[in-house]
Amino acid sequence: MSKTLLDKVWEAHTVRKLPNGATQLLIGTHLIHEVTSPQAFGMLRDLGLKVLYPQRTFATVDHIVPTDEREEPFSDPLADEMIKALRANCDEFGIKFFDLPTGAQGIVHIVGPEQGITQPGTTIACGDSHTSTHGAFGAIAFGIGTSQVRDVLATQTMALHKPKVRRINVDGKLAPGVYAKDVILHIIRKLGVNGGIGYAYEYGGSTFDNFTQEERMTVCNMSIEGGARVGYVNPDDTTFDYLKGRPFAPKAEEWDAAVARWRSFASDPDATYDDVVNFRAEDIGPTITWGINPGQAIFIDENVPTPAELPEKDRATAEEALVHMNLAPGKPIKGTKVDVAFLGSCTNGRLSDLTEVARFVKGRKVKDGVKAIVVPGSQGVSQIAEKMGLAEIFRDAGFEWRGAGCSMCLGMNPDKLVGHQLCASSSNRNFKGRQGSPTGRTVLMSPIMVAAAALTGEITDAREVFDIK
Amino acid sequence: MALEKITQVTGRGVYVPGEDIDTDRIIPARFMKCITFDGLGEFAFYDERKAADGSLKPHPLNEERYVGAKFLLSGSNFGCGSSREHAPQALYRYGFRAVIAESFAEIFFGNSITLGMPCAVMAHDDIQALAGLIESDPAILITLDLLEGKVTAADMDFPATLPPHAKEALVQGKWDAIADLLESVDEIKNVASGLAYFKAA
Repeated sequence: MSKTLLDKVWEAHTVRKLPNGATQLLIGTHLIHEVTSPQAFGMLRDLGLKVLYPQRTFATVDHIVPTDEREEPFSDPLADEMIKALRANCDEFGIKFFDLPTGAQGIVHIVGPEQGITQPGTTIACGDSHTSTHGAFGAIAFGIGTSQVRDVLATQTMALHKPKVRRINVDGKLAPGVYAKDVILHIIRKLGVNGGIGYAYEYGGSTFDNFTQEERMTVCNMSIEGGARVGYVNPDDTTFDYLKGRPFAPKAEEWDAAVARWRSFASDPDATYDDVVNFRAEDIGPTITWGINPGQAIFIDENVPTPAELPEKDRATAEEALVHMNLAPGKPIKGTKVDVAFLGSCTNGRLSDLTEVARFVKGRKVKDGVKAIVVPGSQGVSQIAEKMGLAEIFRDAGFEWRGAGCSMCLGMNPDKLVGHQLCASSSNRNFKGRQGSPTGRTVLMSPIMVAAAALTGEITDAREVFDIK
Repeated sequence: MALEKITQVTGRGVYVPGEDIDTDRIIPARFMKCITFDGLGEFAFYDERKAADGSLKPHPLNEERYVGAKFLLSGSNFGCGSSREHAPQALYRYGFRAVIAESFAEIFFGNSITLGMPCAVMAHDDIQALAGLIESDPAILITLDLLEGKVTAADMDFPATLPPHAKEALVQGKWDAIADLLESVDEIKNVASGLAYFKAA
């Protein structure tokens, strides 16, 4: 019988059926960070348990690290306590830690792929909902809670229920100025922030076939924003080329066998799906959010919706969103004043994001009064970007060039909005308070649109600012 | 490690209206700078309840008449967003023992069950009716009966469901999976040894 990638990976990792009907699934690769792991290690100690396979857990520090000071102790004593706790836990249990001094630290979802730890046909778990990112390699990757982090540490398994699979096809060629970020924002807008509950999203079609590995990561990253805990793309040569030569990728003598194995995990051509949704790339424009969840999105040249014209179920949230965002219904969002521009995060903090934006901001200047920051997703990204001269381009244009971390994606480090500030952000969540100020406002968009906002001081169409045709 | 068999929850309730209530609202990220879950209860819905100057905003959890509620009622897609277990931990430590909503985000749902906090799905109109009962008499006792699949309040009852696996886990006292998972270490090693990438490590 023909199978999806999810079927094949699930079968290969099933340990047994548990008494309540759940599957005990082996988690081949476990990634941890400082926020959701300390309590899990505490639980292990309370239960007198060890880490079963310490060599299959990898740690980094990302959420709480300041991006403008690297000296320890950090000025925030709580952040300092958290990095020290992770260090002590990794030491005690024998876990590899991509710590700050290693030069390989970064956001967990950027470090895994960059190190070649993320591989096709594997299962991955991490105490972070954006773990779906790793699905871009044809892995089945779950965001998990802290008790499950404990479960994986102690048993390398979790109790899980197999999701249904929705195939999402995007075919055709994206227009100039339209990026992977626009594709996923568009998908979430159309299918809803809860449309993916109970599903894994399998992304495919010619648009995905032509995407780079990093573009696929951007899309898979935000699967959870559409309610799908898991999102993936079938592995192909693009995936294998990306992995070749990376530190934890199979070495030369094992390479061909690994590629053959990886290829075999891809969904069979005649696989059947629980649901199929089709999009045309040509129908997608630069997409930005106007509200307080990632599904509240419009094309840049559309007007902010009028709640009365929305389906009844969406009206209350829309009203709440308009109040929070201080936006007028029925009016263009273009021209809205921007206070902060944030380029970074596990969604769009990769080298290709920085390279693409640098091409356009070279020789231009950030608008007076706008705070614009660029936060590379990892020290690895940062090092290459500096060598390529990208850091200099950004600095010359008036952006602050920061150290690697989650930064302004969430309010756990000193990079926060203040008061009602409005942020043009390349991150993944526009929830109320997400960027550190309870009244702060987030507008999600592609990196190029963030750059256009930084340069003009307002929400604007990057295609016009940069003459992209 | 014997866990309580959770077949029924009884207590008072509070209705927090809204769709897509996300985990950043349930527990703002700045309160996750901690290495234990102790004390998270007081930060549940913090920014919804308090203004920047510490003054109280209008919010059901700030109303004296709902203090001590064990049931939290809300709209659809409750708990969307981050995987932070801090969210259900904060609700549990605040004093909630069950959540009733039209639907739940998946990771939040799993995290809650693991704590022994049932998340039951009720129809929109039924939640409105139950919220109406609570509004008119906040002291009214609500009972969630997992075996019967219903919620009772005053002389009314409403269908209230959990997926079969979650219901079984709660009523059998197996809502924390760790004991079951630990039983099969030999099988785990067996499956692991068959995976090329696992062996190579």
